Amino acid sequence: MPTDSLPSNYLPVLVFFFIALGFGVVTIIMGYLVRPSRPYAEKLYPYESGIHPETDARQRFPLRYYMIAMLFVLFDIEVVFLFPWAVSFDHLGLFGLVEMILFLLILFVGYFYAWKKGALEWD
Amino acid sequence: MDLAIRIGIVLAEIAAVLGVVLTHVAYLTYMERKILSDMQDRLGPMEVGPHGLLQPLADGLKLFFKEDIIPTGANKIIFSAAPILVLIPALIGFAVVPFGRDSLVIGEFEITPYITDINVGILYILAFSSLGAYGVLLGGWASNSKYSLLGGLRSAAQVISYELPLGLSLVGPILLSGSLSMVTMTEAQGGGFWHWYVITQPIAFVIYMICAIAETNRLPFDLPEAESELVAGFFTEYSGMRFSFFFLAEYANMILVSCIAVVAFLGGWQAPFSFMEFVPPIVWFLAKVYFLLFFYIWLRATVPRLRFDQLMAFGWKVMLPLSLVNVLLTSIVKYFLNQM
Repeated sequence: MPTDSLPSNYLPVLVFFFIALGFGVVTIIMGYLVRPSRPYAEKLYPYESGIHPETDARQRFPLRYYMIAMLFVLFDIEVVFLFPWAVSFDHLGLFGLVEMILFLLILFVGYFYAWKKGALEWD
Repeated sequence: MDLAIRIGIVLAEIAAVLGVVLTHVAYLTYMERKILSDMQDRLGPMEVGPHGLLQPLADGLKLFFKEDIIPTGANKIIFSAAPILVLIPALIGFAVVPFGRDSLVIGEFEITPYITDINVGILYILAFSSLGAYGVLLGGWASNSKYSLLGGLRSAAQVISYELPLGLSLVGPILLSGSLSMVTMTEAQGGGFWHWYVITQPIAFVIYMICAIAETNRLPFDLPEAESELVAGFFTEYSGMRFSFFFLAEYANMILVSCIAVVAFLGGWQAPFSFMEFVPPIVWFLAKVYFLLFFYIWLRATVPRLRFDQLMAFGWKVMLPLSLVNVLLTSIVKYFLNQM
């Protein structure tokens, strides 16, 4: 099978996906048949070093995590641009090289802006 | 008829790869415990079987028969689905890894040393491995435990932060080989170890290794499950089989990122010298993967854990610009080498 974009090459991936899913589900169900189940209130408390939890765990959490996620989305799109560019680098010639240098320079400007604004600080 | 046989071959290959990976995961835990105990001057598991060789089996059986506890207030559906969500990406990445060179030909059918060769191999692995972060985040959130929530958040932030330099470091090998296919990439590195991309892309290799360790939540980047501050991080509330799925996924991911490192930087199944080609390619592949796995365990025994702000600063302020500069330099050098 040579490297090509035939859909049939992706079929094993789909099959593998369902086998992995089946492995997970079947193992859990098999375990359900043999394992004991003796729950009582004390056992089911969320773990907090032996003390009964006073409040629900799903409270507000720091905004920092949102900032990181936003930055990730921005930069990840740019990484995705780089992959097809890298594959066809030899065909693009000087044009491709200069284009990508400009693209990365613009990106660096944004990156240093985010840095100076303190978006990368964690405190 | 043809189709039936081809599907049969694919199923057999998947079963073989799954079996081999799961066995290796089981014995990787044994290997880790033994190496750690050697480095700390103690014996490690010795009771079950000779030198504790049956310990992984005993652990698996124990986890299988353990009670499955779902804490009060947990979101049952997400809580149950999260371990499987983590497990699937860790396993199906192996579909595109080329383990050896030669196909086994039986009649008109050939059994390839990889399950499939798609022309976006590396992209496929990266795409699926980032799905694993969902499982961790959802598992941490659904548990309704403060430790789990913090662990899940930390893990998601860490994984997405280190995914950027990880992807960028792989751009180097892709530039040099001109392909995203793992098979083509391995073949492009033939003819001696000086053709391996670790020689031409040393910075990318170091960046890749550091990010791979962070992606798999291993020490010194195991903040999501830092036992001294978060009990067990995102899987604090998990028990029995579901707990073991998280564990399994972590070790399968370790093997998977080592496989990618071997294919992208260490020449895959290629022998370091042409006169050493009498050793079967698969032995070279396994030897390189095990060397990297040993390196992981060695790090765990040696390096202390980072603080979370250090971890994020390192990822965003050092690794990201470094990997971008590496891509720039590589492309410029390659362009001028092409011109000559």
